[in-house]
Amino acid sequence: MSVTALHDDHHDHGPAKGFMRWVTTTNHKDIGTLYLLTSLVMFMVGGAMALVIRAELFEPGMQFVDPLFFNSMTTLHALIMVFGAVMPAFAGLANWMIPMMIGAPDMALPRLNNWSFWLLPFAAVMLVSTLFMDGGAAAAGWTLYPPLVLQTGAALPFTIFTVHILGVSSILAAINIIVTILNMRAPGMTLMKMPLFVWTWLITAFLLVAIMPVFAGAVTMLLTDKFFGTSFFNAAGGGDPVLYQHLFWFFGHPEVYVLILPSFGIVSQIIPTFSRKTLFGYSSMVYATASIGFLSFIVWAHHQYTVGMPIEGELYFTYATMLIAVPTGVKVFNWLSTMWRGSLTFEAPMLWAIAFVVLFTMGGFTGLMMSISPADLQYHDTYFIVAHFHYVLVSGAVFAIIAGVYYWLPKWTGRMYDEKLAALHFWLTVISVNVCFFPQHFLGLAGMPRRIPDYALQFAEFNAWSSVGAFIFGFSQLILCYIVVRAMKGEGEHATDEVWEGAHEHGLEWQLPSPAPYHTWEHSPHIH
Amino acid sequence: MKNLKALLAVSVWVFMGEAQADYALNLTEGVTELSRDIYDLHMLIFWICVAIGVLVYGILIYSLVKFRKSKGAVAADFHENTKVEVLWTVIPFLILMAMAIPATKVMLNVYDVSGADMSIKVTGYQWKWRYEYLDDGLDFFSSLDAKSNEARQTNSGINPADVPNYLLEVDHPLVVPTGKKIRFLFTGGDVIHSWWVPDLGWKKDTIPGFITDGWTRIEKPGIYRGQCTELCGRDHGFMPIVIIAKPEAEYKQWVAEQKKALGHAETEPAAPPAAQAPDAHSAPAEAVASAAAVSGEDKSDVMAEGQKVYETHCASCHQANGEGISGLFPAIKGSKVVNGPVSDHISLVVNGKPPLMASFKNILKPEEVAAVITYQRNSFGNNTGDVVHASDVLAHH
Repeated sequence: MSVTALHDDHHDHGPAKGFMRWVTTTNHKDIGTLYLLTSLVMFMVGGAMALVIRAELFEPGMQFVDPLFFNSMTTLHALIMVFGAVMPAFAGLANWMIPMMIGAPDMALPRLNNWSFWLLPFAAVMLVSTLFMDGGAAAAGWTLYPPLVLQTGAALPFTIFTVHILGVSSILAAINIIVTILNMRAPGMTLMKMPLFVWTWLITAFLLVAIMPVFAGAVTMLLTDKFFGTSFFNAAGGGDPVLYQHLFWFFGHPEVYVLILPSFGIVSQIIPTFSRKTLFGYSSMVYATASIGFLSFIVWAHHQYTVGMPIEGELYFTYATMLIAVPTGVKVFNWLSTMWRGSLTFEAPMLWAIAFVVLFTMGGFTGLMMSISPADLQYHDTYFIVAHFHYVLVSGAVFAIIAGVYYWLPKWTGRMYDEKLAALHFWLTVISVNVCFFPQHFLGLAGMPRRIPDYALQFAEFNAWSSVGAFIFGFSQLILCYIVVRAMKGEGEHATDEVWEGAHEHGLEWQLPSPAPYHTWEHSPHIH
Repeated sequence: MKNLKALLAVSVWVFMGEAQADYALNLTEGVTELSRDIYDLHMLIFWICVAIGVLVYGILIYSLVKFRKSKGAVAADFHENTKVEVLWTVIPFLILMAMAIPATKVMLNVYDVSGADMSIKVTGYQWKWRYEYLDDGLDFFSSLDAKSNEARQTNSGINPADVPNYLLEVDHPLVVPTGKKIRFLFTGGDVIHSWWVPDLGWKKDTIPGFITDGWTRIEKPGIYRGQCTELCGRDHGFMPIVIIAKPEAEYKQWVAEQKKALGHAETEPAAPPAAQAPDAHSAPAEAVASAAAVSGEDKSDVMAEGQKVYETHCASCHQANGEGISGLFPAIKGSKVVNGPVSDHISLVVNGKPPLMASFKNILKPEEVAAVITYQRNSFGNNTGDVVHASDVLAHH
């Protein structure tokens, strides 16, 4: 009796009030919101750093910053975008959506969930604070290669500690997601009935658990090399600087799939909804995701074609890398087939999803080109690769996240965004992102190395274009901030429960009211 | 839709651009067998991507136009087709297999350094290159030329357009013969660098403590420029590579001239025994000549020589004003080492402080080390009065 009473009592509780609600919350929706807002803030911080870079590169000559500070900007821009913007955004979407999609009342480990989030802002603040330390922030690139990174000043141990904390945060979030997906699915929600977003996150979470400790280990070895006299990466003491690169990319290559697999999931949710069809080739999508996850572990040294590996290694990594094009191709073909003979409408989430397919495929092509190792001896460490990974990470991962935000925002807040404003945001972004990054293909092929603060005159025109594109891109994202804040404040049209026409056939989340109540699926839905 | 059209327009622009040779939109074909083979691979995979792109984007555009709800499209009900799914898994796989064959052939050739006519050792330093001709006995440093260096300082007021070959010019270019198979051996003196001249078709990392290699046979005389392509610290963007390829006869003549200049320096009567130090570098020859003056014990000559060495080898980190960069590169001004016992100072310069500072044992000659230490101990407000001799330095070798 008393248990029932307590339970009912609990039922009537809304969220606690005030600041402490957010500090102590164990609610998956609150934590999802915290992750997403943190991500948006860090996206702006990392973006501001990108604009410092593009301002300096607008024309030849050094106008604004010291070369060392420039190097710190490229380093922090990447670290913040990867660990502070994209990964937390996915964690936020996972928190909000996975329980709602699989019919679970919350994440399996709610207190762990709180901790894994709250590690994040402290790590982010510590990373940014290294800018003000003696000697400046780390300036050896986000890959933190020794021996160069060992020339960092006071910032080195703080940067490494940041990586450790971010790693702990990611591992905890990943464990929580795995446990939730494997244990909390509603009756009848078999693995092969799970929405693709849940599947891609399940695989991503396994990748994270496997790779973050490797990265943490590698940077710890940097720490001991610098402060405790070890020689892991110092040839004079019997070590090998290239060992670090192998360790880093054993983490780093799966990491880039951590940044893209959930994007595949989001796009696989959106395209069927706005095509008014079922996703084509569901099971092949699952298998393709799993193969990409597996392949990600055995291709790492394609980032190191120029270090002088034995020829056998060079060829092996070439063949293995080329294979990735197969499952990735399958995904693109499946999306196309989903749209084929559909009934398409072009609301904001669909616009972003289509742009994702187009531009991610472009990044896929340049990726395929770089897998050809002899050609990569030319492409390596030039702007060609800068163009490549921005196509897959900005017009890939970031576009997918924005698509997801537009798709689910009405469900989260109960308010529709302004479709015209969203269209303006989309077109400004999609045009400027191409103005920014497309010319970088030419720059790289013409011979411009990456990570340089100044350049020879023949690179001037395309750099100017690129900078103009970057600034338009950056400022266009203020529209996104405005749209999100407006919905959060409860302004704009009310959203229906279904939100999108026919959406109730495309996932459990659309069977809930809009906005989704603080507690959902306290009684498991029945899945047919 | 608009962005698709824009994309198409841009792609057309790419292909047209290819026709205009001097407008650099594409990879260079280069001037060696390897660079041409690599260019061909690049174009092959590029056109494969274009073909797949036309197919994928074509289907997408067709769908976006044809299957709009606003045009009355009604969704069909299908969600799998085993035959099609197998096909689009197998066909890409076969295309990749076909690509792997030429890629393997070219890679095997890239790795075949056998039968070289001559060898050159390339060492990357922050932020200059050292070239040692293992067969012809030449050995010199190559760094950004003075004009570019002046113009690239923050707010220098110099328009880069007024500097010939801005950031792609060096003081001492690498001169090589055409038509000879040259084997390069690469290593790093401090951090990892990467040596890239696009016209040769490849780049290679220079890794401290390890030796990597590569080869080239340049077919056409000319000047070929490149840059460091591995982030190597503050001045990574400012260590270009310039190769001058000459017909063999002219190359031989150049070698002879260099040796003659070197020979002059060595026959100077005042030349100290240390001039024959095993790794002493020979060009720029004038540096050797002036080094000979050090033995004159005239402190002002020593100081002048020391300043020269300081500006070439020390100032990039410790700064021209000797104040260093806080938290990274210690100041020479008021330094405990510089104002402490001479032997500690010599030992630091000779042995370096890996990975922060290179060992100068094999970079500078003992009299140059002596001069620069003398200079440091009597400049920037340091006033020890010490004059260091080459023999003091040799004691630390």
